[in-house]
Order: sequence, then C-alpha cells, then structure tokens
Amino acid sequence: MDYATLLQILDSTLRLGTPLLLACLAGLFSERAGIFDIGLEGKMLMSAMASGAVAALSGSVWIGLGAGICASLILAGIHGLASITFRGNQLISGVALNFIASGITVLVAQALFGQGGRTPPLQGAARFNPIDLPFAEALSSVPVLGPFYAEVLSGHSILVYAALAAVPASWWLLYRTRFGLRLRAVGENPAAVDTAGVSVVGLRFAAVAITGVLCGIAGAYMATALQAGFGREMTAGRGYIALAALIFAKWRPWSALGATMLFGFFQALALRPDVVEGVVGRKVPVSLLDALPYILTVLVLAGFVGKAIPPRAGGQPYVKER
Amino acid sequence: MTLMKHLMGAAATLALTSGMALADPAIIFDLGGKFDKSFNEAAFNGAERWAKETGGTYKELEMQSEAQREQALRRLAESGANPVVMTGFAFGDVLAKVAPDFPDTKFAIIDMVVEQPNVKSVVFNEHEGSYLVGMLAGLASKTNTVGFIGGMDIPLIRKFGCGYAQGVKAVKPDATVVLNMTGTTPAAWNDPVKGAELAKAQKAQGADVIYAAAGGTGVGVLQTAADEGILSIGVDSNQNYMHPGKVLTSMLKRVDNAVYEAFKEGTDLKTGFNVMGLANDGVGYAMDENNASLVTPEMQAAVDAAAAKIKSGELVVHDYMSDNTCPAATF
Repeated sequence: MDYATLLQILDSTLRLGTPLLLACLAGLFSERAGIFDIGLEGKMLMSAMASGAVAALSGSVWIGLGAGICASLILAGIHGLASITFRGNQLISGVALNFIASGITVLVAQALFGQGGRTPPLQGAARFNPIDLPFAEALSSVPVLGPFYAEVLSGHSILVYAALAAVPASWWLLYRTRFGLRLRAVGENPAAVDTAGVSVVGLRFAAVAITGVLCGIAGAYMATALQAGFGREMTAGRGYIALAALIFAKWRPWSALGATMLFGFFQALALRPDVVEGVVGRKVPVSLLDALPYILTVLVLAGFVGKAIPPRAGGQPYVKER
Repeated sequence: MTLMKHLMGAAATLALTSGMALADPAIIFDLGGKFDKSFNEAAFNGAERWAKETGGTYKELEMQSEAQREQALRRLAESGANPVVMTGFAFGDVLAKVAPDFPDTKFAIIDMVVEQPNVKSVVFNEHEGSYLVGMLAGLASKTNTVGFIGGMDIPLIRKFGCGYAQGVKAVKPDATVVLNMTGTTPAAWNDPVKGAELAKAQKAQGADVIYAAAGGTGVGVLQTAADEGILSIGVDSNQNYMHPGKVLTSMLKRVDNAVYEAFKEGTDLKTGFNVMGLANDGVGYAMDENNASLVTPEMQAAVDAAAAKIKSGELVVHDYMSDNTCPAATF
C-alpha cells in the first residue's frame, strides 16, 4: 500500500466516520444524563428526509439543515416525553420511534414528491459542497504532512469540520461547565441532583434536546452533503453502529472520536478488498471487515479491553420521593 | 312475475360471471420498493401499461419486511387475484410452499425458478445484456480500468458482474475490472452512501466507467460518478436521464415486458420455465438523447454486431449461475 492509497482510505474514513461521530456524541449526551437512546437511527433518518425535502423545495441547504434539526428535535421531544415525563421504558420508546421514522419518512417524501419515497436530486446551493481549507494548495508540496492536509483534511463539507469541532466542545461542556457536571450527575445519581435543588427533568430534557440537534446534523450531512437527496432507509444502521461506538468509547467524547474514526476506517477498508489483500497477503472476506466494529464492541463489553461502565442511573426513570 | 324472476336470474348470472371475469391480476413488489427507479419500477411500468391498454385494474402490494412474504402471498391468493406476479428471487422458497395450496391460482415469479404446475418462472439472461454494456464500458474507458458495483452479494448479481467483465475483456483484453459488492444483507440494496464511497474508491483505483447493479444503492453510485466527472452505467430501467451526459448507458432488463405479458395472459397464464434474453428482447442496452453524445457510431456498431452474434448463438456469454465460476473475473 502506497501513501496515496492510504490517504484515499483516510479521506474515505473521515467521510464515513462523520455521521457516526455526530450520532455517537448525540448518544453520549443522552446516556450521560441517564436516558438510553436507541432511536439515534430514527432521528437521523427523519432529519435526512426533512433536510433533503426542504432543501429541494427551498433551494437552500441551510434552511434544509434547520428543518432536519427541527424534525430530529421533534422525535427527541417525543422520546423525552415518553421516557422522562411519563417514565416509560426508554428502550421501547426508542425502538418505536425508529419504526415510526422508517415509515413516515417514506410516506411524507412520497406524498410530497411522488418519486417513491425519494427526494429530488439536489443541486448547487441546495447541497453542502466541499470546501478547501486555506493553504491546502500551497502546503501540498510539504512532504508527508502536506498531502495529508490537502487530501484528507481539506475538501470536505462544512459539517465535517462542525462534527470535529463538536468533540472538544462536548468535552468542555461536560467536564468544564456547571451544566456538564450536573448533567453527568443526573445520569449517576439523580436523587443527589434533586436534593441540591436542580431540576432532574429539566436537565434530562436539555440532554435529549442536544441529542436531537446532533442527530439532526448527522442526518442532514448524509442527505445533503454525502448524497444529493434522501432515499428510504438511507442511514442503513449507522445509528446502531454509533451506539456500539459509544460503548467502545466508554461514554467519553475524545474516545468517541477515536472509536468512530476507527469504525469508519474499517468501513473504508471494506471498500478496498484489494488493499487489504495486498497488506495481509491473503484474501479477507469483506463481511469480516464489516463485522469488525461489532466484534470489537463485544470484546469491550466482555471486559477484555478495559472496563465499560455505563452511567449508573441509565435506563431508570427518576421518581421523586414523596 | 315470472318475467321478473327471469330478469333477476339473468342479472344474478351476469353479476356472477362478471365477478369471475373480474379476477384482477396482482403484483407484489420486493423490498426495494415500487419506485426504486430500477427493477421494481420496471415491473410497475409493465403493470401500468397493461392497465392503460385494457382499462383493467390490478392489486398491488409492497413488501416492507422479509417476514411478510408468505402472508402477503397468501392474502392476495385468497382474495381471488389471478394471476399473482411477484418480482424478486427472494420469493422463491415462499412461493414453492404457497403455490400447491392454491392450485386454481396462477403465479408468475421473476428472477427465480419455482417448479410447480401453476407457476410461470421468468428468468432473464442478464449476462448477455451486461456483456453488451461491458463492451461499451471497455470502449469508452480511457484509463483501461472499469468498475462494477453490485448490491447484495448473491449469485444473480455475480451473473451481472461476470457478463460485464466478459464484455470488457472482449474489447480490451488487458483492461482491469474492479468488482465490489455493497454488502451481504438486503440493506445493501438501499445504501446510497456506501455506494458513493465505493464509487470514489473505484475511481481512486483508476476506474472511469462504473456499472452499478445495486437497486437504490445505484442512485448513490450514479450521483457520485456524475460529481466526480466519470461515467456510470445504470441497470434494469433506463437510468440515462438521471444525469444526462454522465450516464454512458443502462442495461435494460425488460421486467415490464414480463409483467405486461403475464397480466395480458391473465388466468390463461402459460406456466413453466421462461427465459428472456437478447433474442426475444428481454435484455438490452439503452440509447436515447441523454447518452447520444457518449456513444459513438463505431461503438454502437461493435456492440450491435456482438448482439447479433449472441442472438444467432454464434457467441455464448458465460452464465455465472450455471457453474458458479467466471472466466473473466474472480469474486
């Protein structure tokens, strides 16, 4: 494998890892606040449809992004209502929302455009186009790092850089602000937070809303940046892979970046069986590469690679003492 | 009074007979969905053509999940629909189980062979059509490298890839054919994001013409090929219009003809094994105003010559499914 091929695979990694990263951070906020969210997939799908449809109708990708975030927020709100206000089972609520999203996206897109649950192809300003980072041209002649900067880091849509920026932002929010401390506390011991006079319900709703926004960006990225429109079930299970990445990252923002990029790297490798064969020296089944993220997650869950301890109050609705 | 009785009787008989004649045909679309711009949409177009020409109505059903197949099939057969047409190899096992329970209903299955007395099995010589578009790809390629992106990794899709590779090698023996499959589960038919990444990866390997036989995933392949300035080849339906001037051609699989004929034959459906190939216009390649500038007269002449040879039996394209091997490519 030469350097150019490696760069191409890393470039692909970044594109494939970005939706995972956004969804993983989304899940991180929710689960750190004690709300399991299996509905990341549904929220992304909903946002992908809404952003694709609105961008096609309005001709502006930014309005599309806003619509995608709103659609995702609505689902997040329903999940919050079911699992926080009414103390329902969080897993069931999440699964139900996934089913709803899977059906309603096709239904709405079909009713609007009559193209079989697809949104029309987006062009020009209705789509997030790649942007070149400053000095990419000039620096590409610098050995090793120059091509890396020009080929891998530069030339993505703005949402990729937003996703990368969300990692330190999440870390700062969770570990360096009062809000973050309370949010983490509400996932470990909501009774203590309540005793301190802070609203458990309010904090949890705030966390679920952040989840909605991040999932919205992830869905819009897929429909308006990676693709030029929404197609049915286009998220193809990425919400579940993000959940696996969340466990692999042990619910920490920087590790989430590492885990999702690792999973993205496996997906990118699976696209190049010829490269894998060249490096390993024998034919590796593509399905094995596809399964690697799950195998790694199981290993982590089984305790082979450190210990993954979920937030202690995760999955339990909070009932105030009477 | 007696006259009245007679009239009533006649009216009742009329109602009964018309009820019999009203045994509507039915069609079941597979998981890709009715408007996949490809395989299922072709079937839908065939059904619509029949409805427009005859003024008849038909029942239709779209599969939402794997688990529904048997139930959907039984439901339609019980409702009196005749014949029941289904698109997709995945119905094979289910139909073999259901067909004996409804001996008076005729079934037609596309892309699969089910040996039952009341079933018509329609299969296509996709390898022949793929061979022709493979020749076009080989002739249009400047880098001497072309790509193939399949949907779910099943023998049928390998048949497409194998025919394509043979066509490429026929015009450029030293050309490289990069073959990729999107996945091993039905989700592989609907993952345009992965299709797009595969197209980018193939471009990085030098491919400048990419043939997508991948249902909804192919939409992503065609989009990316257009974005990246390389050519693509559509499948099943004519997809040239999706990116005018960027789609070299489409491998046509006349599923619409198969559905149309089955509907037209109605309850007199001729059961048995039915092959639709180049010889009886079951497969072909698409030419229209959208790709006229991409295909030169010389290219077209070469392909048409090969098509004539295949029709006459002088040239035999190897069928992957006959022995699960391919002389021109390894999967």
